[in-house]
Amino acid sequence: MSGITARYWREIPRRYRGEAAQSVKTGKVYFPPRLVEPGNGNRKWKPVKLAYGGELLTFTVIRVAPRGFEMQGPYALGIIELDGGGRITTQIVDVPLEEVKIGMRVRVEFRKITDDGSEGIHLYGYKVVPEY
Amino acid sequence: MRDVAVVGVGMNKWGELWGTSLRDIFVEAALKAMDDAGVDRIDSLYVGCMSPGLFVGQEHLASLLADYLGQCPIPAVRVESACASGGMALRMGWMDVALGLHDIVMVSGIEKMLDVDGAGATYALATAADQEFECYNGATFPGLYAMIANAYQKKHRIAAERFRDQLAHVAVKNHANGHLNPNAQYRAKLTLDDVKNATMVADPLRLYDCSPITDGAAAAILCPLDLAKKKFKNHPLVAVIGTGAATDTIALHDREDLTWLRSTEVAARQAYRMANVEPTQVDFAEVHDCFTIAEICVTEALGFFAAGKGGEAAMAGDTALKGKKPVNTSGGLKSKGHPVGATGIAQILELVLQLRGEAGERQASKARIGLAQNMGGSGGSAVVHILKAL
Amino acid sequence: MAQEGKIGIVGYGSYIPRYRIKLEEIAKVWGADAVAYKRGLMLYEKSVPAPDQDVITMSVEAARRAVVRAAIDPIRIGALYIGSESHPYAVKPSGTVVAEALGATPDCRCADFEFACKAGTEAMFVAYSEVKAGVVSYAMGIGADTSQGAPGDALEYSASAGAAAFLFGKKDVLATVDFTAAFMTDTPDFWRREHAFYPSHGSRFTGEPAYFKHTLGAGRKLFEISGTKPEDFRFAVFHQPNGKFPSRAAEMLGFNKKQYETGLLSPWLGNTYSGASPIGLTAILDVAKPGDRIFMVSFGSGAGSDGFVFTVTEAIKGKAKLTPQTRPQLDENKFYLDYGQYAKFRGKILMAGH
Repeated sequence: MSGITARYWREIPRRYRGEAAQSVKTGKVYFPPRLVEPGNGNRKWKPVKLAYGGELLTFTVIRVAPRGFEMQGPYALGIIELDGGGRITTQIVDVPLEEVKIGMRVRVEFRKITDDGSEGIHLYGYKVVPEY
Repeated sequence: MRDVAVVGVGMNKWGELWGTSLRDIFVEAALKAMDDAGVDRIDSLYVGCMSPGLFVGQEHLASLLADYLGQCPIPAVRVESACASGGMALRMGWMDVALGLHDIVMVSGIEKMLDVDGAGATYALATAADQEFECYNGATFPGLYAMIANAYQKKHRIAAERFRDQLAHVAVKNHANGHLNPNAQYRAKLTLDDVKNATMVADPLRLYDCSPITDGAAAAILCPLDLAKKKFKNHPLVAVIGTGAATDTIALHDREDLTWLRSTEVAARQAYRMANVEPTQVDFAEVHDCFTIAEICVTEALGFFAAGKGGEAAMAGDTALKGKKPVNTSGGLKSKGHPVGATGIAQILELVLQLRGEAGERQASKARIGLAQNMGGSGGSAVVHILKAL
Repeated sequence: MAQEGKIGIVGYGSYIPRYRIKLEEIAKVWGADAVAYKRGLMLYEKSVPAPDQDVITMSVEAARRAVVRAAIDPIRIGALYIGSESHPYAVKPSGTVVAEALGATPDCRCADFEFACKAGTEAMFVAYSEVKAGVVSYAMGIGADTSQGAPGDALEYSASAGAAAFLFGKKDVLATVDFTAAFMTDTPDFWRREHAFYPSHGSRFTGEPAYFKHTLGAGRKLFEISGTKPEDFRFAVFHQPNGKFPSRAAEMLGFNKKQYETGLLSPWLGNTYSGASPIGLTAILDVAKPGDRIFMVSFGSGAGSDGFVFTVTEAIKGKAKLTPQTRPQLDENKFYLDYGQYAKFRGKILMAGH
């Protein structure tokens, strides 16, 4: 994963602060922000931030983890729709795997995603936890 | 626009081909196709391959393969659309012939996946998903399709045990078909219990719900239908009567309906319209069963079964070799293997053999119109072809 | 160190990970006498950071909570300091990630602090001082740690994880900083060399010549300069490596159990090092009423203590419930690990290629 630094840094506003964009034309929220809206060519946007709370639309438990995630498995991975719009795909943590259910309410927390090896940078981002 | 025929097909035996390099695997399959057609020169070459760069460090693939097939200075290009690379290569080759640019066009696919380790293969395959917003957060392909499966089960209110059975029937059927295919990677038959008790990969998908890692290639020779009628009389005539392709959001989470494969639906609609064929008129199909759930969802998007009924149909045997609508008589990706770029072309090979009546033990009883559906990633791209025996 | 004005805490927040391990579980592996440890140290269980948590992630959450309570636009934060002895990088600040996550950049001063367990209170003092000096309107001081205890060592029973963040300002102050005091010497009671994974310590030497000398030194100075007596305070909070030391120090300074029990979390939290007395302070602020006075003395090995006298104002009303409070984080929704899971989480297992 060397050469990850610039690509990682570029996405900081999205990964750290949930910066998204709302279409002035349709009001739909897009994450990450886009230059042009699918389907209607709209190019006018209002900057918004993703809400911290949302609903789990679907999930799975990943038992064969990809490179960089070996120590984390098995982990729950899901698609979350945040309140007000915008969807993310990320891990659901701090909950026993058998208690993860479609439809549960969750909250975004700042977590470490992985490390770029033992000498590379720490890679941070967003995960969700149950809305306790 | 000229009508296009498929006059030659070839593939090598797929599997873990440790002793054979990427270029030699390709040339073996390509020569088989050329021999099947009875030609020793081609006019242009399309190679479907997802990532020779990540798997063996080789780009500029089409030039390499045109060279080693002994066909320079013909034009050659690699076509890439993740797992739909092969189908897209066919579509490009079809355009080449239909447009009148070239007469004898080879469309092919190749992937050499075993030179990297498991983690390396998973990484390369994952480049078909959204790197920054799916893979960065820990998504894998089995994980994405598992999320589709769970959303599908919830949406259609299928009891867990029953759903598990539906998925298992797809795997068992495809292995039963692959058992009859001498070129398939995994020819062993599977029982429902084998599938249901295998190691879990991403809930609910287990080992046998997932297609394997494979080395392999396949090739087909296209030419104008008129030329085929005059010069290519070794085999019964087979024509490409419809083609369609479409995209959908790359990230699964951006789709309105997480259970619906819209790119397949749209691509199929184009192909049906061009071919002037209804889904009910398709006799058999080769579809992209990268995971058992994918086959279920694809058969619905193709209009073979209503939404939520694809699993039922598989369980009822409708898609078995002797069923009403045989799906994946070749063994599918599950049993035949999935050297990514080659899959789409191997699907065409199966269609052609069936349409010619040359499928031996795997021959479907009704085989006049066949459909091939090839898909990339979690459905970000799809390409559909309809072929007919003339 | 004279009397200060109406500058103080405008927002505070804490973050405690949800995993725990009980003292018996650790003692079982090493054949130690759990009962004696629990009695002697007043420690029952401790928090464990998940593999995806570190000083940076916990500080982000604690800082976000502080900003929610302060109800200001984070762009106005002019300085952010994190004190820790387990910063994720040896070179590259933790503070920049937190400032970026809050949206305080680029007009924000930053550097990381280290002074064993008192790095957090030093960060708080510096943040407060910058506001007092008028160089920034708002400044954040954070204490956070995910410190390690060597396997089988006494510190393994207490080394835990947590973070507390305090935003200092001049407007809508919910607890004024009335007095501060410092007591610092060069005392090698506990240290960690650059490439050592676990810290070392001087055993009994860490008691009287270190913890008590500096805690009592700063405490007595604080009484002197503020002209106060123990009875003037509703709450007292001290550095808490276990339950025993802070109880004894509090009593030696003249405080009773009722005064120090609210801020004493280590029996269930463990020793959060730079987070220790700061997290204790957040637990106090969660229940404090206008007019309450708080006496706080931290301790960091090496060694030194920072003392603060706070007075809670009317502005505290309604602030606690805006975001997760400390005691509920400590007591609710927690998951217990066995030693194997704990060792895996804390990276104590020798992996291939080491």
